[in-house]
Amino acid sequence: MAAISNPVPGGSRNSAGLVPPEPVEPVTSGQAPGGAGAAEPGPRGSGLGLLSRFRPGRGVVMAIPYGWLLLFFLIPFLIVLKISLSEAQLAIPPFTPLTETLAEEGRTVITLFWDNYRRLTGDDLYIIAYLNSLWIAFVSTIFCLLIGYPVAYAIAKADPRWRAPLLMLIILPFWTSFLIRVYAWIGILSDTGLLNNFLMMLGIIDSPLRILYTPTATYIGITYSYLPFMILPLYATLEKMDNTLLEAAADLGCPPWKAFLTITLPLSIPGMLAGSLLVFIPATGEFVIPELLGGPDTLMIGRVLWSEFFNNRDWPVASAVAIALLLFLVVPIMLFQNVQGRQQEAGRG
Amino acid sequence: MPKSWFLRIGLVTGLLFLYLPILLLVILSFNANRSVAVWSGFSFHWYRELFNDQQLLSAAWLSVQVAFVSATFAVVLGTLAGLMLARFGAFRGRALFSGMVSAPLVMPEVILGLSLLLLFVSLEQLTGWPEGRGMLTIILSHITFTMAFVTVVVQSRLVSMDASLEEAAMDLGARPAKVFFVITLPIIAPAIVSGWLLAFTLSLDDLVITSFVSGPGSTTLPQVVFSSVRLGLSPKINALATIVVAIVAVGIIIAGIYNARQERMRQLDEKMAAQG
Amino acid sequence: MAMPPPTAAASPSRTAAKTTLEPWRDPQAKPYVRVEKVTKKFGDFTAVDDVSLSIYRGEFFSLLGGSGSGKTTLLRMLAGFEQPTEGRIFIDGVDMSGVPPYERPVNMMFQSYALFPHMTVEGNIAFGLHQDKVPKAEIQDRVREVLELVQLAQFGKRKPHQLSGGQRQRVALARALVKRPKILLLDEPLGALDKKLREQTQFELVNIQEKVGITFVIVTHDQEEAMTMSSRIAVMNRGYIAQVGTPTEIYEYPNNRFVAEFIGSVNTFSGRVIESAQDHSLVRSEEAGCDLYISHPSHIATGTPCWVAVRPEKVTISKDQPMGGEPGRNQTQGVVKEIAYLGDVSIYDVELDSGKRVRVTAPNVTRRTEMPITWEDRVHLSWRPFAGSVLTE
Repeated sequence: MAAISNPVPGGSRNSAGLVPPEPVEPVTSGQAPGGAGAAEPGPRGSGLGLLSRFRPGRGVVMAIPYGWLLLFFLIPFLIVLKISLSEAQLAIPPFTPLTETLAEEGRTVITLFWDNYRRLTGDDLYIIAYLNSLWIAFVSTIFCLLIGYPVAYAIAKADPRWRAPLLMLIILPFWTSFLIRVYAWIGILSDTGLLNNFLMMLGIIDSPLRILYTPTATYIGITYSYLPFMILPLYATLEKMDNTLLEAAADLGCPPWKAFLTITLPLSIPGMLAGSLLVFIPATGEFVIPELLGGPDTLMIGRVLWSEFFNNRDWPVASAVAIALLLFLVVPIMLFQNVQGRQQEAGRG
Repeated sequence: MPKSWFLRIGLVTGLLFLYLPILLLVILSFNANRSVAVWSGFSFHWYRELFNDQQLLSAAWLSVQVAFVSATFAVVLGTLAGLMLARFGAFRGRALFSGMVSAPLVMPEVILGLSLLLLFVSLEQLTGWPEGRGMLTIILSHITFTMAFVTVVVQSRLVSMDASLEEAAMDLGARPAKVFFVITLPIIAPAIVSGWLLAFTLSLDDLVITSFVSGPGSTTLPQVVFSSVRLGLSPKINALATIVVAIVAVGIIIAGIYNARQERMRQLDEKMAAQG
Repeated sequence: MAMPPPTAAASPSRTAAKTTLEPWRDPQAKPYVRVEKVTKKFGDFTAVDDVSLSIYRGEFFSLLGGSGSGKTTLLRMLAGFEQPTEGRIFIDGVDMSGVPPYERPVNMMFQSYALFPHMTVEGNIAFGLHQDKVPKAEIQDRVREVLELVQLAQFGKRKPHQLSGGQRQRVALARALVKRPKILLLDEPLGALDKKLREQTQFELVNIQEKVGITFVIVTHDQEEAMTMSSRIAVMNRGYIAQVGTPTEIYEYPNNRFVAEFIGSVNTFSGRVIESAQDHSLVRSEEAGCDLYISHPSHIATGTPCWVAVRPEKVTISKDQPMGGEPGRNQTQGVVKEIAYLGDVSIYDVELDSGKRVRVTAPNVTRRTEMPITWEDRVHLSWRPFAGSVLTE
């Protein structure tokens, strides 16, 4: 007990345990740095959260990921912008070597650089590709919502014991290869594929339906691949919802279907929005799915960019296509970051 | 299972939609016949062919190496980024930083791939590094886009963690760096592990970004798969798919057993606590 | 395992010491903690507003207030988690400006306990000693000692989630105590316990404080808790300190309306000072329906508007005219509107002629089958000259 009963160094041992107020020297020096009569608050003492007074370490911690993202994320966009831009590029030296690199690969780029963007607006191909991409992404998002909502709602309503395994089942396909999952649909949708065989066996159709290599196949592929991204945020919103709200509605005489429309549905809008953006934005720039499942006429901007880059080796036009695509997506991306930020805040509270 | 019939049907339909195609691949991988519509007997033929495909095997090995290194670096960077967003309050440039972190989550891959390639080309012209394109550039790109996912996972764990644990450690005399390694890191370890697995999977699976930044000597598994399936059906790929599914399934089963044990332990602990 | 009853050995010394040892009354005494004009702002919001305080060695000091009163912010500034926007804090004479939490001679017990989930009870308690590079053998001894102090000797190898709430609370206390801080800060230490355990633990906390002799500073929103345990209480409201004093002073002599109304229940009558003398004050109140005589000076100039606070248990209720006293002074009449029978006491809600409602608490001394006072009865209310306090704000 003695060890604890005398916590104050230099204090008197008092058997009763009470330490009488004994004279204390005004300043006990050397106890704490910056302590001895420091009149001005230390420069470190501004106070911004827990680690704020540990400036040097904090600086290092911040510099690494910040520097990485600046170098490998932000600067690349500036380079894309630069290369997509026209006349200035021809005149400024930094770009000339780029054309040399291309020359090494056996091709000289003689595209009129200032024409890149004019080409995008002048050629129907690009305009159609952009509109097509937005439309396909939009339709697929709607399909994801229609299929995903009941699934998310069913899991949120399921017995708590079942929720984790069911959720696991939704995430599971994500861990297997995306490419292989898209590929699986070739065998199902082709003219001699399983779906056509099945339908003909049932006698519903006489001759095979042409589904593979059409936009329909692209819708199916995108919906299939991105469905988990819709279900997860929807589930998160629905699961958090207070069940007593529906009980209160029922108590007040509201039938279940009406309660769903007037209470559940409006309250799940944040989840629908987050899920829709998670599907819509990447789907707009999708390359693999239209390439594998869509026909040659399923023009999507990701494919156009790819072929400008790999087939035509026209880097500046590819860059212009990328910048234009980014412009289309700026608003949805900002919206997504807003939703994302708000959800992180909600998690905090 | 939910009570309403409508919801049950919705759930089952959704799950069938997700799993039927995968199941078909697994079944077809044992089909002796090349066609999807004709079953002509059980066979390991496609597996033999798969394991004799040297190009595919070496691409798979490269992919695993890339994924391992990328995931490891992405976890370090992503954890630091998560720490900044969850703990550093309103530092200067926070809005830009959180924008840069979360944009790759949704950014179309063609844009990321193109921009990274143009960066590497410009960097090489300016500094001579990185020399050409290959494994290094693939890894750098994969770190960049997978760290976003790690950041989200780690950040949400940090936000839900009781911040007074860190304060308590500091109060007891631990300096910030020590607090992080002795208290924060062990507590968020599960999130870091799942972040690593996520980054590993994403890297292993990436085709589009890799295609932009890879060089002639470095072809990853998705690139090989893509070039064979864009020509149509290729039963070897069914066998590959089955192996991937099997690996994932084994992983899930192990995780399931581990979770069940944890749950039993937790219940025992609760009983212990209640008895005092 | 049940909580042991408070050991009798330590209790008497406290009560004896408390009446004799009141360093805050001694102008020569040096404060152990000095809070000097401390203000803390979060953006535009002022959480702590120009607070000055002195806390003496060995005290059990409470910061009492509702949510948003700034009490927790003040505690966190003592711990070093927040830096004052203005003003300074001295602990044992040392200026704490810019001193980080890990270099301060204080330890804190967190409201959530903040026990490290991945460490055993022993690991948690030893954590602070490891940071100080205390030799291994000494760490073992001190951990064992403090575990015995909080009666958890056989639980050292358990993890926090294998403990009950009360046990966790004692581990948190032990972890903070083992470092022998100059000051132990406790943030709502009993807040997470259920009512019964809370009452037991109050006494135990006081006993432990006496045994170890460490200065305790505790934050609480529970006035009963503060009254039971503290040597002194600082009542906080919207960032400032409304009053500092012993539990008795705070309850019997509140010096403003906020304190009077925050601690316990009270009747306040608005009025005007008509006599202000050395030994008494007289307040005229239309609301009370009588003059209010208070047997202590108010130091308020004649004619100033003021309030007089009278606690419900100090008011006598009767059907007949009370004997003695000066009619028209501390005597008024009203009609009983509500009665609440609580067993040991009954609470009466009486409407005065002015319309003012007055609450009266009367002990049920005898077992009555029928109540002598009932609804709509006209009753007399009276109180003694020492019962009231004059308040300005």
